[in-house]
Amino acid sequence: MKALDCVQIIFYLTVVLALVKPLGWYMARVYEGQSCGLDYFLGPLERFIYRCCGVSSTEQMSWKKYLSALLLSNLFGILALYTLQRLQIYLPLNPQSFQNISSNLAFNTAVSFTTNTNWQAYSGESSLSYLTQMLGMTVQNFLSAATGMSLLAALIRGIVRFDTDRLGNFWMDLTRSILYILLPLSIILSIALASQGVIQNFKPYQSASLIDPIVLENKTVTTQKIPMGPVASQVAIKQLGSNGGGYFNVNSAHPFENPTPLSNFLEIIAILLIPASLCYTFGVMVGDKRQGWAILLAMLMLFLPLAGISLYSENQSHAEYTQLGIESSGSLEGKETRIGISNSAFWSAATTATSNGSVNSMHDSFTPLGTFVPILLMHFGEVIFGGVGSGLYGMLMMIIIAVFVAGLLVGRTPEYLGKKIEPYEMKMATVAVLVMPLTVLISTAVSVIYSEGVHAVGNPGAHGFSEILYAWSSMGNNNGSSMAGLNANNPFYTTMGGIIMLIGRYWIAIPALAIAGSLVKKKKIPTSAGTLLTHTPLFMFLLVSVMFILGALSFFPALALGPIVEQLNLWGFHGR
Amino acid sequence: MVTFIVSQFKIVVRVVILFSILTGIIYPFVITGIAQLLFPWRSNGSMITHQGKPIGSLLIGQYFTQDKYFWGRPSATSRFPYDSEYSSGSNLALTNPLQIQHVKTQVDHWKASNPEQNGLIPMDLVTASASGLDPEISPAGAYYQVSRIAKARKLSETEVNNLIQRLRKKRTFLIFGEPRINVFELNLLLEHLNSKTE
Repeated sequence: MKALDCVQIIFYLTVVLALVKPLGWYMARVYEGQSCGLDYFLGPLERFIYRCCGVSSTEQMSWKKYLSALLLSNLFGILALYTLQRLQIYLPLNPQSFQNISSNLAFNTAVSFTTNTNWQAYSGESSLSYLTQMLGMTVQNFLSAATGMSLLAALIRGIVRFDTDRLGNFWMDLTRSILYILLPLSIILSIALASQGVIQNFKPYQSASLIDPIVLENKTVTTQKIPMGPVASQVAIKQLGSNGGGYFNVNSAHPFENPTPLSNFLEIIAILLIPASLCYTFGVMVGDKRQGWAILLAMLMLFLPLAGISLYSENQSHAEYTQLGIESSGSLEGKETRIGISNSAFWSAATTATSNGSVNSMHDSFTPLGTFVPILLMHFGEVIFGGVGSGLYGMLMMIIIAVFVAGLLVGRTPEYLGKKIEPYEMKMATVAVLVMPLTVLISTAVSVIYSEGVHAVGNPGAHGFSEILYAWSSMGNNNGSSMAGLNANNPFYTTMGGIIMLIGRYWIAIPALAIAGSLVKKKKIPTSAGTLLTHTPLFMFLLVSVMFILGALSFFPALALGPIVEQLNLWGFHGR
Repeated sequence: MVTFIVSQFKIVVRVVILFSILTGIIYPFVITGIAQLLFPWRSNGSMITHQGKPIGSLLIGQYFTQDKYFWGRPSATSRFPYDSEYSSGSNLALTNPLQIQHVKTQVDHWKASNPEQNGLIPMDLVTASASGLDPEISPAGAYYQVSRIAKARKLSETEVNNLIQRLRKKRTFLIFGEPRINVFELNLLLEHLNSKTE
C-alpha cells in the first residue's frame, strides 16, 4: 500500500468529519420543526403538500399511529413498485421495449427498494425501462431513506419528551426529510456527478460502429450498443440515502455511474455523510452533543481497524500471480483501473458499514480477508454508521442493552439520558437485536441444504459458502451488496430473500418505535452522582464490547466455515 | 385506531402519488435539463463521432485485437468482450483454479503478441475489470505494447511513446485515483481520427 493511498483515505474521513457538524446541526433544525434556511423557498411547497394530502400539521401521533402510518406508506410503496415493473411494456419511456418483470423477481425488487435494502437480482441496463428506474427505483430510494430518518426522529423525541405519548407526525417527518435534506443534497450531487461524465438523458441506446470489429467464431460484431438513461439523478440519491441500488448491473463500477476518481470521491463521501451526521443531530436534539460524538467515536472504533484489514489484505501480492511473471501488488481482478485497489477496498468497507450496498468493484474477486471484512461489518447489524436513520436507531438498541448490562454490573437501575430502562424496553431491544442473527443463519443453513441454494454459487469450496453467507447477511441486514458470482435470480432466492428483507427491516423498526412509545411516557429523572455517564470512553468501550458479543460472536462459526478457512487455506498453501 | 387507519389510507395514496411526481418525474427531468445545458457532451455519454456517426464512447471500453491498436484489459461480459449491454465482472475468486487458468492464458497471450517485452506484465493487462467495460489501462500497460504497435504501424517507438506521454492522466489533484490512460483515445490518435475531448 502506497503512502498516497493513506493520504486519500485520511482525506475522505477528514471531509466527512468536517461536514458532520454543519449537516448534523441543520438536520436537527429540520426535525425540531425550526427554520432551517431552505424553508423560505420550500415552505410554500411543504404546506402545499400537506394541504393536498390532507395532512394536519398540528396532529401528533402516538407510537401505534406513527407505526401504522409508516407501515401503510411502505405497503403502498411495495404495491406501486411491483405494479410498475409488471406493466412496464405498456408504459411510456421504454425505448428498448423491455418486457415486464416476472412476478418473483418483481416482488423481490419491490420489497428490496422499499426496505432500503436495494438487493438486485436483476440487471438494470438489460431489464428496466427509464420510467421504472425513475418512477419506481428513484422514488423508493427517497421514500425508504426518509422512512428510516423519520423513525429515528420519532425515537429521539421519545427520549427527549416526557409525560406524553406524542412522537411527532410521520407525514411531516417524511415530507421534511425529503424536501429539506435528501432532495437538495441529491440535486447538488447529481449535477456534480454529471460534470464528471455520469450520463443523464432520455435517448434510446446508442449504436456505435467499432473501428476494430470483433471477430467471433461464427459471426463478426461490428457495433457496440451503449446504454443511456437518467443515471445521475438516481446515482445521487442511491449514494446519499444508503440505498445502493445501481442503475447498471455492476453498480458504481460502471464507467457511466462512476467515471472518474473525483466522482468516486464524491460518492464515497455521500455514502458516509448522512449516517455520520445523524449522530451529531442526535446530540443536538437530546441537548448534549457529547452523546452524539461518543456514538460516532464508538462507530469509528470498529470501522477504522476493519477498513484497515481490508486495505492491508487487498494490497498483498499473491504468489499465484508473481510466479506467472506478473507485476503484482494485490489483484486487479474485478477492480477498475481508475479506481484502483485501495479505493475499492475502502469503498467495500464503507458500503457495508453503512447499509448502502453499492459497489465499485466485484467483492467476489476479493481476497478471503477482503470478503471477511464486509461480511463482518454487516454482522454488526448495520449499526456502524448503518442506513440513514436505521443505523442510528439500531445503534440505540445496542446502547439500551449496553446500559442494561452496565446497570447489572454495578447493581443500579439502568437509565439512559434521564429515562429509566425497564424490562419492557429491554425485551424490545433484545427482540430487535436477536432477530437478525436468527434470520441470517437460518436462511444460510436452508440454502446450504437445498440444491437450489447450493447450485447458485459461482466459485467452489469455502468461497462458495461465503457467497451464500454474504447474500443472506446482506438481505437480512438490508444492505444490498453482494458477491455477484451467486446467481440470485431464481425463485428460491428471490422469494425467500423478499421475506427475509421484510423481517430484517420491520422486526427492528417496530420494536424501536415501541421503545420510543414507552420512553416518551416516562418521567425525566435528574442526573445524580450514581448516573452512568454515557459519553465516556469507558461506556464507548462497553458499547463496542456488547456489539462485538452480539454481532461478531453469533456469526463466528459461520465465518469460520467461509472466509476464515479460505484465508487459512491460502496461507497454508504457500507455507506462510 | 381503525378509523385512524382508514383516514391514513386517503393520505398515503396522495402522499405516494405526490412524491412520485416530485422525485420520480420533476426531479429527474430538472436534472436532465440542467445537465444537458451545462454538460451536453458528457451527459449524453461522452460519445465520439466520425463523419457524423458515433464510433464509441470515451468512457466505455472497446475490444481491440489487431496488432496496430492498443489493447484494453480482459473483459468478462457474457456474449463477447466489452458487450456494453451486459456489464459484468468475472466474479472469480483467487482460490478458484479457473481464475489462475484464465490469468495464465492471458499471460501467454500477451507474451506471445509482445515478444520484445521480457519484463513483468502489468497486473491490469491480465485481469478482468469489474464492469467488463473499463476504458483505461495503466501507463505501464500502455508502454508494454509500444514495440508491437510501432512495428505494425512502421512508426518509431519514440513517436508511440510521445503519444502515451500526451494522453496519460495523472492522479486527479495529485492524490485521487490512479494514473491511467484511455485506450480508445490512444487508438483514435493513432488513426488520426478527430477526437472530441473538450
